[in-house]
Amino acid sequence: MKRRDFLYLGGITAGAGLLKPARLFAAEEFLMPADLALKKRLADLALNAATSKGATYADVRIGRYLSQSVNTREKRVQNISNTETNGMGIRVIANGSWGFASTDDLTTDAIARTADLAVQIAKFNAKLLEEQVQLAPQKGYGNVSWKAPILKNAFEVSLKEKVDLLLHVNDIALQNGANFINSSISCVNEQKYFASTEGSYIDQDVHRIWPTFTVTKIDAASGKFQTRNALSAPMGMGYEYLIPDKKEELDGIFTLYKKRYDILEDVRLATKQVSEKLSAKPVEPGKYDLILDPSNLFLTIHESVGHPTELDRVLGYEANYAGTSFLTLDKWKSGNFKFGSDLVNFVGDKTQVGSLGAVGYDDEGVQCGKWDIIKDGVLVNYQATRDQAHILGLKASQGCSYADSWKSFQFQRMPNVSLQPGKSALKVADMIKNTEKGIYMFGRNSYSIDQQRYNFQFSAQLAFEIKNGQIVGLLKDAAYQANTQEFWNSCVAIADESDYRYGGTFSDGKGQPGQVSAVSHGCATSKFKGVNVINTGRKL
Amino acid sequence: MALLNKEDAQALLKKVLAFATADETEVSLSGVEGGNIRYARNSVSTAGDTSTLTLAVRSVYGKKSAVASINEFDDVSLKKVVKRAEELAQLAPENSEYMPMRGAIDYKESKTFVASTAAITPDTRAEAVLKSIKVTKENKLEAAGFIEKKTTFTAVMNSKGFFGFNKGTDVIFSVTTRNQEGTGSGYAARGFNDVSKLDTAGATKIAAQKANGSANAKAIEPGKYTVILEPVAATYMLENMFRGLDARSADEGRSFMSKPGGGNRIGEQLMDEKVNIYSDPFHPDLPDNTWNSEGFALDRVNWIEKGMVKNLSYSQFWAQKKNVAAGPFASNIIMDGGTATLEELIKGTERGILVSKLWYIRLVDAQSLLLTGLTRDGTFYIENGQIKYPIKNMRFNESPVIMLNNVDALGKVERSISVESNRSYLIPPMRIRDFTFTSLSDAV
Repeated sequence: MKRRDFLYLGGITAGAGLLKPARLFAAEEFLMPADLALKKRLADLALNAATSKGATYADVRIGRYLSQSVNTREKRVQNISNTETNGMGIRVIANGSWGFASTDDLTTDAIARTADLAVQIAKFNAKLLEEQVQLAPQKGYGNVSWKAPILKNAFEVSLKEKVDLLLHVNDIALQNGANFINSSISCVNEQKYFASTEGSYIDQDVHRIWPTFTVTKIDAASGKFQTRNALSAPMGMGYEYLIPDKKEELDGIFTLYKKRYDILEDVRLATKQVSEKLSAKPVEPGKYDLILDPSNLFLTIHESVGHPTELDRVLGYEANYAGTSFLTLDKWKSGNFKFGSDLVNFVGDKTQVGSLGAVGYDDEGVQCGKWDIIKDGVLVNYQATRDQAHILGLKASQGCSYADSWKSFQFQRMPNVSLQPGKSALKVADMIKNTEKGIYMFGRNSYSIDQQRYNFQFSAQLAFEIKNGQIVGLLKDAAYQANTQEFWNSCVAIADESDYRYGGTFSDGKGQPGQVSAVSHGCATSKFKGVNVINTGRKL
Repeated sequence: MALLNKEDAQALLKKVLAFATADETEVSLSGVEGGNIRYARNSVSTAGDTSTLTLAVRSVYGKKSAVASINEFDDVSLKKVVKRAEELAQLAPENSEYMPMRGAIDYKESKTFVASTAAITPDTRAEAVLKSIKVTKENKLEAAGFIEKKTTFTAVMNSKGFFGFNKGTDVIFSVTTRNQEGTGSGYAARGFNDVSKLDTAGATKIAAQKANGSANAKAIEPGKYTVILEPVAATYMLENMFRGLDARSADEGRSFMSKPGGGNRIGEQLMDEKVNIYSDPFHPDLPDNTWNSEGFALDRVNWIEKGMVKNLSYSQFWAQKKNVAAGPFASNIIMDGGTATLEELIKGTERGILVSKLWYIRLVDAQSLLLTGLTRDGTFYIENGQIKYPIKNMRFNESPVIMLNNVDALGKVERSISVESNRSYLIPPMRIRDFTFTSLSDAV
C-alpha cells in the first residue's frame, strides 16, 4: 500500500457497528506538524481573552491526538481504526478558583467565547470554594519544544506492513496448534502545544506503541481452555519497538525483551506454553517465595506504589471514585514510615527514554524530572502538581499534570514510578538457585486492590514452580494476595541493572468524568519472601 | 447544533446518502450535550460542559467496508467524508464475515427522553451538589461526589431503507462520605432518565448513615458467609456476567457459557430457580433504545428464566453459521426480585454480612467466571436479624454464576448503577449463601 493510501485510512471495519467517532483531519495534512506561529497566535488570543475577563492566571492547550489500532483474529482483519481529534482547552484561575472550558472550533469568536465561559465557571465555583488555589511558582520558558526520540514513526508505517505482521503472528499460532488467536497493534501520537500567562510556549510530540496478542487453546476432552498473552510492554517508542535486536534481548529461562520486541518468537513460545498450561499442576495454596519478572511486577508497582503516592488521593480528591490512600501525610511527616525493606527505592521519573510517561514538560508547563518517592524503604515524597506543591512544602511542582485530551481538565496523574535495580551484581539465575520453595511469575493477568491500597491480589500469565533451586514446571490457578507494606518489606533481592526493563499500561483510569493515562514502571526481577498464594480453580 | 430533532436529522442523513455511490452505505449521527460537577472535601473541585456532534459514514463494496467520520457539516465537508469512506472501502481487505445491511423496520418510540432532565442547567446541578454538601456538613463528614447530566441523540440511515432515531437523557449522581478520622466511609449512587426522581440530599443521608455506622469496624475471620448484597453491590458483580451472554464465545468453547463437550449452555439449569434475567427496552423504570445500529427492532429477551439459560445473543454472522435467528444483545438488563425490603432481608438473616458496595472487581478465571474484588463503604455483621456491628472490609473470590446458584432470597428491585461503567440496571438486593471471602483489608 502506498503512503498516500494510508493517509486516507480513516477507518476500516470488518465487524458490526461503527468505529468510535472522531474528527478527521484533512488527509494530506495528517502527518504534517501544524504551523507553530498559528498555534501561538491562537494561544495568545485565548490567554488575552481570559485575562481581559478577569482571570489572574490562564493556560491553553492546543492538541491534535492521533490514534490507530489494527485488530485481527485468526486469518482475518477484524477492525482498523484511525481516530483524530483537534481542539483547545482553556484553564483559568479567577477569584481564586479553577475554571475550564474547551472547544473544537478554533475561530476567533469561539476561542473568545470559550475563554469567557472558563472564567464564568471559575467565578461561579469560587462561591463554593473553601480554599483558594495556590500555584507553585513557575518561570516562563519562552518558545521551547520536545520530541520523543523515536526512530520510526508508527503512523508512517503502511497499514499493509502492520496487517501482514499480525497475520503472520496468527499463522504461527494456528500452525502450532492454537485454537484461537487475537492480535493487535495500537499507536498513539499526541501533538500538544501549551501556553500560559507566565510566558511559556511549549510544543511537544509524544509517541506510544503497544503490540499484543492472546493465544487460546482448548482441550476438547475436558472442555477446559487456557490463554497466554504476549509478554510485550506498551512503550513510549515508535515502530522500532517491533524490530527485533539481539542487543535488547536477555537470556533467561526463555528469551526476554528490553526495548525491542520479537513478536514472532513470543507467539511461537506462547503457543507452546498455552498447551503446557492446559496440563499444568494446580498450585497448592500456601506461602511461597515469589520471583517476579518485570512483566508481572510492573502492575504490582503500579497499583501498590504508584497509586497510593498520588497526592490527590492522599488528600481525598479521589475518594468518590479511585479511592484514597493509606500513605497519609502523617506517615510522610514522620520521616520513618517503613514502606519496604532497605533494598526498596522508588523514583518518580518522567525522563526515562522509551517510557510511556516520558515528556519534556507536563500539561501545566513544568519541566519534567526525577525524584525519590521511597528511599531505602522509607516514604519520602509523593507525586504533585503546581496547586499541590505547597502542601508538601515544595518550591516547585514535580510536573505530574496530565489531561487525556484537549477537552479534558488536566489534573494530577502518575509519572513513571520505577523501582531502582539492585546495587550489587545479581542475576535471576542466582535468585532461582537460592530458592527452596518458590514460584517464578511472568506477565500481567488478574489484578485487584482495595481503595486505600492495602490488600491486593495478582495472578500471572506464567507461574513456574521452583523446588530446591530448580524450576520443575508450570503451575495453574496461582494468585498472590498480600498487604502492600508487608509485601514490600518482604523484598529480599532485586536483580541488577542488566535485568532492568519497563512494563506499563496504556489506559490507567482516574477522575470523574473518567480520563486515561499511559504510564511505565521500570524494574528488575525481584524476590519476595513468604507471600501468600491461593488456588483460584473453581468448577461450575 | 449538537442536538437535532428527528426531522432535521433525517433530512441531513438523506442529503449525505445522496452523495454516496458505494454498493451499500450507512450514515449515522450522534450528538451529546452534557455537563458535570465534581466535588471533594465538601467543596467544588471541577465543573465543565461538553457539546459534540459527529457524522460517520460506512461505505461497502462487496465484502469490503470502511468508515470515515467528521464533525463539520457544510456540503463540501459532507461530500468529502463520503468520498473518503468510499476510497477507504475500496482499499480495505475483504471481510469473509461481512453481513449485508438490513432494510426498513417498524419500531416503537422509546421513553428514554425526559424534557426536564434535558433542561438541567449548571445552576441546578450546583444546587443539587449544595444539598448534598449540606447533609455531610450537618453530619460532620466530608463528601466527595459527582453529578453528570447528558442529553443525547442517535440517528442511523442506510441505502437499504433503514432509518432509526432516538433521543435520551440521563443523570447520574454518586457521593462518598467519610468521617474526619478516616475510620468510617459511606456511599450512595443514583442514575435516572428523569431528574425529578433524583434526590441528592436523600442519597447523601444514606451515605452519611453508612459512614457514621461503619466507624471502628471489627475484624472477622475470612471464609464462607451468608451475605446480603445491596443493589449497587450486586449490580457491579453481575455486570461482569452480563457481558458474557454471547453465543459465539460459548460455542467456541471459551466462555463460562460453554458446555463441556461442545456447544453452549442454552437449555441448561445453571442457576437457582428464583433467578430471572432479561432485557426489555419498554420497561417503565429502565427505558432504553428500541432499535440498534445493525437494523434490528429490540424487544424483551429472556436470558435466564427460572435459573435456566434461555437465550444468548447471536450476531448476524454467527446466527447464519449456526442456522438460528440473529438475536442482538439489548443494552438494558433487569433481574426480577421479590417483595421483601432490605430491612426484611436483614430481619430474616440468622448470621450474615450486609455488603453495601463492592470495589475493583476483576476476572480471575474466564472458565468459571471467578471474580475477585473487595467490600467497601459500609460492611456490617448481622446476627439474629439485626445489624450488630460494622466489620472490616474483605476480599472475595467468587463467581456470579455460583453466587446465583446460592440465592436464598431476593428483595424489591431497584434502579441502580454500576460503580465502574455508570450504566443503570434494575437489580434486587439479594441474600446469598456461602459467599467466599479470602482475606481481610485494612481499607476504610
